[in-house]
Amino acid sequence: MLSLEGVSKTYRVGTFGGRELVAVRDVNLEVAPGEVIALIGESGSGKSTIGRMILRLTGVTGGRITFDGTDIAGFKGKGLRAYYAQVQGVFQDPFSSYNPVFKAERALELLRQTYFAGLDGRRWRDKVEASLAAVRLDPGQVLGKYPHQLSGGQLQRLLVARALLLDIRLLVADEIISMLDASTRIDVLNLLGDLKARGLGIVFITHDLSLGNYISDRAVILRKGEVVEEGPVERVFGRPQHPYTRSLLASVPQLHRKWDRGEGLVREPAGEGG
Amino acid sequence: MSLRVDNLKVWYRTLRGDVQALDGVSFTVADGELVGLAGESGCGKSTLGKSLIRLDGRMRHVDGTVELDGKELPIGDAERMNSFRFKEVSIIPQYAMSAMNPTRRIGRLVAELLESRGVRPDGVRDELLRRLALVGLTPEVLDRYPIELSGGMKQRMVMVLSTLLNPSLLIADEVTSALDVSTQKAVAETLVSFRDRHYVKSTIFITHDLSLVYQIADSIIVMYAGRLAERAPTEALVSNPRHPYTRMLLSALPEVGVRYDNRRLTGIPGSPPSLLDPPTGCRFRDRCPLAFEKCAEQPPFLEVAPDHQVACWKAF
Repeated sequence: MLSLEGVSKTYRVGTFGGRELVAVRDVNLEVAPGEVIALIGESGSGKSTIGRMILRLTGVTGGRITFDGTDIAGFKGKGLRAYYAQVQGVFQDPFSSYNPVFKAERALELLRQTYFAGLDGRRWRDKVEASLAAVRLDPGQVLGKYPHQLSGGQLQRLLVARALLLDIRLLVADEIISMLDASTRIDVLNLLGDLKARGLGIVFITHDLSLGNYISDRAVILRKGEVVEEGPVERVFGRPQHPYTRSLLASVPQLHRKWDRGEGLVREPAGEGG
Repeated sequence: MSLRVDNLKVWYRTLRGDVQALDGVSFTVADGELVGLAGESGCGKSTLGKSLIRLDGRMRHVDGTVELDGKELPIGDAERMNSFRFKEVSIIPQYAMSAMNPTRRIGRLVAELLESRGVRPDGVRDELLRRLALVGLTPEVLDRYPIELSGGMKQRMVMVLSTLLNPSLLIADEVTSALDVSTQKAVAETLVSFRDRHYVKSTIFITHDLSLVYQIADSIIVMYAGRLAERAPTEALVSNPRHPYTRMLLSALPEVGVRYDNRRLTGIPGSPPSLLDPPTGCRFRDRCPLAFEKCAEQPPFLEVAPDHQVACWKAF
């Protein structure tokens, strides 16, 4: 369905744009329907840049991204709108994804103007309720409320519901649960799992390895814009081949298994870790 | 006994009334103990941390006492607290990145801070350089402005600075939440080594991440809606939790190796109560699968096993 072929992204940095910063280098990826790919990496690994390129929020500087065989860089106007009807993104901070001046459901209403202008009020309402039900939100609890009256988990689920209104086939989920409390996190993860069972492809971007493993089929470990390891999650997490993956896994705090104690910063003065 | 907190109540003044963010909290921290303080957003953990060092303008000390090394901390009196701050109680704030004055070179900032506490900078200079080297910073950082340091370097600088006068109690408030996993591990372990080297006597490590605090703490306190839910030695809290909230919180954590298709985890339905007008009785009652009539009464915080306290009628 989605395919990245040798995708790179280079930024010009420095006062006069004289230096180049490679954010993503030669990344190849395939996402099939009903498949969850976890892009895992630390800050600066390029994981979010990849998500943004898939969503066409930023262009590629090398290689190409295709959706059902068509290069997405060529989409304009109607074609782009059709692309967004199938591919949507949800981001880290649910609070800044809404305009605080308007009620939360305005996020849904805006979609109606672009994609469902012909739908009458009743059929629209049914559609909204169906998608709210899919993310297990009670319409009475969220409709008519302002963003600050809802919890982070509710807002995040409402954003997924917004994406579902469109009958999307691919969801880019960029750190969507990092800001949620442990008790609500798992609900959003389970929701993604249910959507996957319905055939949705998901690009799950995270820095947290324990979350990357729960619903994903394949894991891609990124470091400084390059893929260092990829494969089925059982393999990557169970028998990591690359030393970087191993050191990442060893740093993840887990219950019932204590870290092998280093001396912290005291022994690792470079501060870069890994 | 290094720290003794007794029935501490600190409320926030708002236009709509008092928010009872910290409502009758009692616990002790022993010499050399590293206590993890865990809970979800809005449970009062940061309020507790702040109360022990500096109340901001909206916070009001309503009741209770705090005793450090046998002396009572005048937490409601900002002026008198000055002689304790930095020397006796110190904090590594949540946003260490922005904790340093951007208009001062770091060396001057350190000197001013020391002078304001009546300490001659020359007297601790050697120790400062030694500790900088320990966390991998060169003496040159003292000639730099905070903006010239990377996030990780600033974090380390603040850690050294906060503990420079060997405080009796160190409060580390979510110091690792903005960091990558490998740096997070290094910072957490550095806190342990500061304790082991006696730079600080006791540490309260505030975090929302139970699996992180499990790695380094001697004992863990779990808070819920402004009160203590459970406190136990780390191993006991994780392997034998007695409060339904602790149990549900632990079982909601995805771990490496747990997969959605073979073991579906569940969250905790509902959300914490508003502390503006909190419900009577147990505050977890509405979300608790075990709740019964007795829960309309507030459960006391009682010891159910050695050093293991819990506030739940079902646990007694």
